[in-house]
Amino acid sequence: MSERGERSGNERDWPLFEVFIRARTGLHHRHCGSLHAADPEMALARARDVYTRRGEGTSIWVVPSDSIHASDPADKDMLFEPAMSKIYRHPSFYDLPDDVENM
Amino acid sequence: MADALTAAYALRLGDDALILSHRLSEWVGHGPELEEDIALANTALDLLGQARLLLACAGAREGRGRDEDALAYGRDVLDFSNLLLVEQPNGDFAQTMVRQFLFDAYAVELWPRLSASRDEALAGIAGKAAREAAYHVEQSAAWVVRMGDGTEESHARAQAGLDLLWPYAGEIFEADEVETTLAEKGIAVAPSVLREHWQARVEPVLEEAGLVPPEGTGVRKGGRQGRHSEHLGHLLAEFQFMQRAYPGAEW
Repeated sequence: MSERGERSGNERDWPLFEVFIRARTGLHHRHCGSLHAADPEMALARARDVYTRRGEGTSIWVVPSDSIHASDPADKDMLFEPAMSKIYRHPSFYDLPDDVENM
Repeated sequence: MADALTAAYALRLGDDALILSHRLSEWVGHGPELEEDIALANTALDLLGQARLLLACAGAREGRGRDEDALAYGRDVLDFSNLLLVEQPNGDFAQTMVRQFLFDAYAVELWPRLSASRDEALAGIAGKAAREAAYHVEQSAAWVVRMGDGTEESHARAQAGLDLLWPYAGEIFEADEVETTLAEKGIAVAPSVLREHWQARVEPVLEEAGLVPPEGTGVRKGGRQGRHSEHLGHLLAEFQFMQRAYPGAEW
C-alpha cells in the first residue's frame, strides 16, 4: 500500500493465507484454517486473533494460499492406491524389546 | 484518605477501560472484515477484563459495599470519570482506530510504570494490562499507518478522525489531587510523566502515516470530574438498560 489510490476495485478481496499453529504441547505446526489479509504481517495478527483465542498456540505460520501446490484429487488412486497393498512397509513385524517405549 | 484517593484513581482507569471496551464492542457484527470484527472484540474483551479488576478494586477501597457490577451498571453519567476521548463515537473504522491508537499509546506507557506501584493490587492489575496494551498499540498503530498511507479515501478518513479526536488527547496528561497525591506516595503514575513518552510513540507513527495533528485546538477535558460529552449518556442508556429494567438479573 505504498502508492495512494493504487488499489483498484477488482483487487478489493485481499489474498488468502493458510494458517499453521504449533500447539502448546505439539512438536510441529498444524494446518488449522485460512483467512484473508492484505499482507503477511496482517495475516499473522489476524491468525492470532482468530485461531489462538483459547490459548491454543505457541507459534504461528502463515503461508500465501497460492504458494501451495496441491495434488489433484483425481490422481488419488494413481498416487496412493499402490501403497495400500504393501503391508510389509509397516513396522508391525518386529518384536520390540520392552525397554523401547515410544515406537 | 489514601483509600478514598486510590478508589478514585482505580475508578478513573477502570472507567476508561469499561467505556472504551463498550465502544469497541459496538463494532461486533459490523466490522469491515470478519477477522477484524473478531480482533476488535478481542481488544474489547481485554479492556473489559481490565475494567472488571479495576472497578472491583475501586469498590473494595471505597468501602461502601459496591462491587464491580454496581459501579458499572449503577452509576449515572456524572459519576463516571473516564477520559472524554474514550466515549467519543466510533464513527468509521479509521476514526475508531485513531481513537484506539491515541489511547493505546498512553496505556502502553502507563501500565508498565504502574506495575511498580506500591499498591500491590494496582501493580498486579497493571502487570496483566501491560502485556495486553503492548499488543493493542502494535495493532492500532499498524492500522493508522495502513490507512494514513493507504488510498486517498483511507487517508482522508484517518486525517478526519485525527482532526476530530486530537483535542481530546490532552486530557490524558491532566492531573488533580488524586493523581498528584498518589504519585507522591508511589501508588499512581503522574500523568505528566507520560506525555513525552506518549509523544515519542505517537509522532513517528503519524509521520509514517502522513497524518498531521491539527494545530491550536486546545484541550477538551472534564471527563475525570464527571463533565462528559453528550455521547456518554447515550452509551450508558444502552450499556445499562438490562440492569436498570431488571435490577440484579442474571443469566
